[in-house]
Amino acid sequence: MVGKELTLCAAAEGLRQKAFSSVELTQSVLDAIRERDGALNAYLSVDETGALQQAAAADAARAAGCDGDLLGIPLALKDAINVAGQPCSCASKMLVDMIAPYDATVSARLREAGAVFAGRTNMDEFAMGASTEGSAFKITRNPHDHARVSGGSSGGSAAAVAGGMAIAALGTDTGGSIRQPAAFCGCVGLKPSYGRVSRYGIAACASSMDQAGPMTRTVEDAALLLQVLAGVDPHDGTTLDAPVPDYRAALRGGVAGMRIGLPREYDTDDTDPEVTACVRRTVDACAVAGAEIVELSLPHTKYAVAAYTILAAAEASANLARFDGVRYGRRAAKPESVFDLYAQSRAEGFGPEVKRRIILGTYVLGSGRYDVYYGRAQRVRTLIRRDFDEAFKRCDVLFTPVVPTVAYKIGKACDDPLKMYQSEMFTVPASLAGICGLSMPCGRTASGLPVGLQILGPALGECAVLRAGQAVEEEVGA
Amino acid sequence: MTPYLVTIGLETHVQLKTATKMFCGCSLTFGEEPNTTVCPVCMGYPGALPVLNREAVRLTVISGLMLGCEISRHSIFDRKNYFYPDMSKDYQITQNTYPLCLGGGVTIETPEGPKRIRIHHIHMEEDAAKINHYARFSGVDFNRCGTPLIEIVSEPDLASPDEAMAYLHALKQILVYAGVSDCNLEEGNMRSDVNISVRPAGQEQLGTKVEIKNMNTFKGIHAALEYEIARQLAVVRGGGMLVQETRRWDPELGETQSMRSKENALDYRYFPEPDLVPVELSEAQIESWRTQLPEAPAVRRTRMMAEYGIPEYDAGVLADVKENADFFEAAARACKPGLGKTVSNWFMTEVMRLLSESGMGVDVCALTPAALAELVTLVDEGVINGPTAKELLPEVFAKGGSPRTIVDERGLAQVSDVAVLEAFIAQVFAENVKTVADFHAGKKAAAGFLVGQVMKLSKGKADPKQVGRLVAERLAEGQ
Amino acid sequence: MSQKIDVAEVAEQARIALTPEEKDTFQRQLESILSYAERIGELGLDGVEPTLHGNPRVNVLRDDVVVPSVGRDCFLSNAPERNDAEIRLPKIVEDA
Repeated sequence: MVGKELTLCAAAEGLRQKAFSSVELTQSVLDAIRERDGALNAYLSVDETGALQQAAAADAARAAGCDGDLLGIPLALKDAINVAGQPCSCASKMLVDMIAPYDATVSARLREAGAVFAGRTNMDEFAMGASTEGSAFKITRNPHDHARVSGGSSGGSAAAVAGGMAIAALGTDTGGSIRQPAAFCGCVGLKPSYGRVSRYGIAACASSMDQAGPMTRTVEDAALLLQVLAGVDPHDGTTLDAPVPDYRAALRGGVAGMRIGLPREYDTDDTDPEVTACVRRTVDACAVAGAEIVELSLPHTKYAVAAYTILAAAEASANLARFDGVRYGRRAAKPESVFDLYAQSRAEGFGPEVKRRIILGTYVLGSGRYDVYYGRAQRVRTLIRRDFDEAFKRCDVLFTPVVPTVAYKIGKACDDPLKMYQSEMFTVPASLAGICGLSMPCGRTASGLPVGLQILGPALGECAVLRAGQAVEEEVGA
Repeated sequence: MTPYLVTIGLETHVQLKTATKMFCGCSLTFGEEPNTTVCPVCMGYPGALPVLNREAVRLTVISGLMLGCEISRHSIFDRKNYFYPDMSKDYQITQNTYPLCLGGGVTIETPEGPKRIRIHHIHMEEDAAKINHYARFSGVDFNRCGTPLIEIVSEPDLASPDEAMAYLHALKQILVYAGVSDCNLEEGNMRSDVNISVRPAGQEQLGTKVEIKNMNTFKGIHAALEYEIARQLAVVRGGGMLVQETRRWDPELGETQSMRSKENALDYRYFPEPDLVPVELSEAQIESWRTQLPEAPAVRRTRMMAEYGIPEYDAGVLADVKENADFFEAAARACKPGLGKTVSNWFMTEVMRLLSESGMGVDVCALTPAALAELVTLVDEGVINGPTAKELLPEVFAKGGSPRTIVDERGLAQVSDVAVLEAFIAQVFAENVKTVADFHAGKKAAAGFLVGQVMKLSKGKADPKQVGRLVAERLAEGQ
Repeated sequence: MSQKIDVAEVAEQARIALTPEEKDTFQRQLESILSYAERIGELGLDGVEPTLHGNPRVNVLRDDVVVPSVGRDCFLSNAPERNDAEIRLPKIVEDA
């Protein structure tokens, strides 16, 4: 049996060295899924036949002389990312029968690189949530403690990687949905700068903030995946027309000479002391390795969750209007009017968090309220961007915790949606500003739960972030 | 009875003449099998994203320039949120706050003289799908969904249904001239919604505004306006109150009906479209488009009058349809100078009659400008006479060909040789002694009869002018 | 800023039929969320431009060239009901 805990780099090397074939590698991943996912519930669907066919094709291509970092590597994709011919349920009863009619751009790029699509991972319904308890189908459990959440909304992808059921995975991040589950599950997750990776073919949550990104075992793996995903896309007019650097080359250099900023607003009394300690230890290690530590302030941080809540709900309310029972998805039986057709289909298809956010978003956009909520929130967003712009004049990257806590018990957060929103206080500002953020393991609590470090960089600053992350991984280890 | 004033504003949706839809690469067609020109974007599938059509921007700017608008340097798109089965996303991408063109206007002719109808703005938006209604269910076809539209919103400057018609005709003419749209009403290229209110003369404040939708032809708009004015006047003169509402024109019953659907009091919850970045146009870009502007109808009329020596009436008739004006000019230029009026006469009487009878446009019939020019020239040179040319035209119209060649092949050239003509005349005089005598006895009309006989004898080929002169000379000599 | 949200009314606008329990629960929860969100009213925002888009690009345009459709089966097969090549709806739709 092939080591299923292989990193992407090691797997690619193994394939090149002919230590194993892609079929063998893929089979071992499928076996791991069969053994472990009954307990973890990371996957919503697994395409064993299709995956093995793709693996065989990759082996044939390799025999014919093709090569590539992703050729023949089995990956898991969050079930909001369209792969033609496969389900795309967004973990919602609304889309339980949906078969994607097209490839997302990220899927097409992976396909072209010869990757194998192993299966589709669980998530909070329509990416709304931070624990994956919002899935309409199952709750994904944390591989480190099955009684605890895996985080969300990309909890399935995080658990698949951390649980040894995928070589690597793709998630999506709107307010922290890659970074937070990576922290809870002890793997690496990268939210690229807004516009770095195409959103075409990814079910939209908040259009001005969504990004797809890699979830992996190591920082180098994340760099490798990002290399394939990044770049301007004619199908997505919000992608940046900027050159894609060599992310793997950027990993070298270490942290010596880098200026690491510590925003004081991210050091709160409410943060779990063990989280604070792990982050501090990591900062100290970097200082010892020659980094310059800069204390600074991002003064508008405390308004970020409020602004984000308004903007994300508003955009999502419009993005989810298309789920109306007309062209696809769940349709109510025997509606008596057009109004009924919509109202019943959506009542049946959506879970409570989705309903809540749509109603909230509809409300804040309402006549007479635009200036009060949406208009104001957009201005707060400008202030938060300026905070980061100022900070990055004085430092290369920012180090913060990802989440104020570690993974909590399943069922704990259910009744208080506001608390759930507030728990995203460290990840949401970067989403509003459109900058990039890496989440990576930086230690464990006494009880063995992973703690995540967030490394933030300016827009298109992935190289600096990856370089710092690589250094942390080498210095500190997980 | 108190005189009432009518205030009308029009919102006209015009389909742009692009090859593809506004936000995706699906082709624009008409009459295709349902749901064949669709993709994830125009079907509103999750994850689909809009990307703006470059040509649609250019055509919108051209429209604005032709209509005298200011072109916005900074323009964005907004989402207009509402639910209906013909909406693939349940929001329409449109422009609410920063439309592409502002101001402008159109001059129409009224009995009181020319009147300027101001335009408030022109914005870009996407069209909805088509719902077909059957006996026991409805079907949705998304071929049309995403078609690029401009919406031209007038100020409420129109004061009667006739003015509204004049405005629409002027608008259509300018847009067709600009090459922006075919404005083909049968294909739904140009649809209008109407806002109308009435108020007593002397009152400044406008009356209750009623919106009317679902008029598919210009005649329908006129009829709907006439009906609605009468309805509103009946209500207010009877002391009643009008409701601000949207009504639907029913062409079968010939009346407007209140739309009782929940869509009436809609809050569209506009916000800027996050998936589309702003359009920023430079001075240089706009100027470069301005220099490429096609000639406006009014300018063309004036120029044609000057260049071809035709009166205003002719210029108006010819320029009414751009293809006709194009044809006329090509024909006139192929003739020697000074024949402009002649060509115009030919076109307005003979050619337009044939177009009307055949239902064809001048760009699809077989007659070419060169052929018409040839015909006119042949008559002008005296090679054939007018009646012969008139007979030839329908054939060339239907089957094409060169009149000069046909004349040569069939020997249709008129006879002008004096000797030949005199021989015909001599024969006619000999065979019609009594008529000759009648002429000398004072019946002057007999001369015409003799000329007619000569024409008959020559099988219509004699040059009638020559014949008339020679017959008159002979009679004058007392023979 | 303290207009109170009327969840029942907004849910209608959003085309979501709610049970009476949902109406009560959401009413409570959304009032609390909005009350929190309204803290942005504390900030002085005069002269601050709104951020309307995620990145500062402009003029992203597509050439007017036809991309042939991949065909309609993949779309029609997802339709809850179809009438041959159209998406079928019950007879509840009135003319627009």
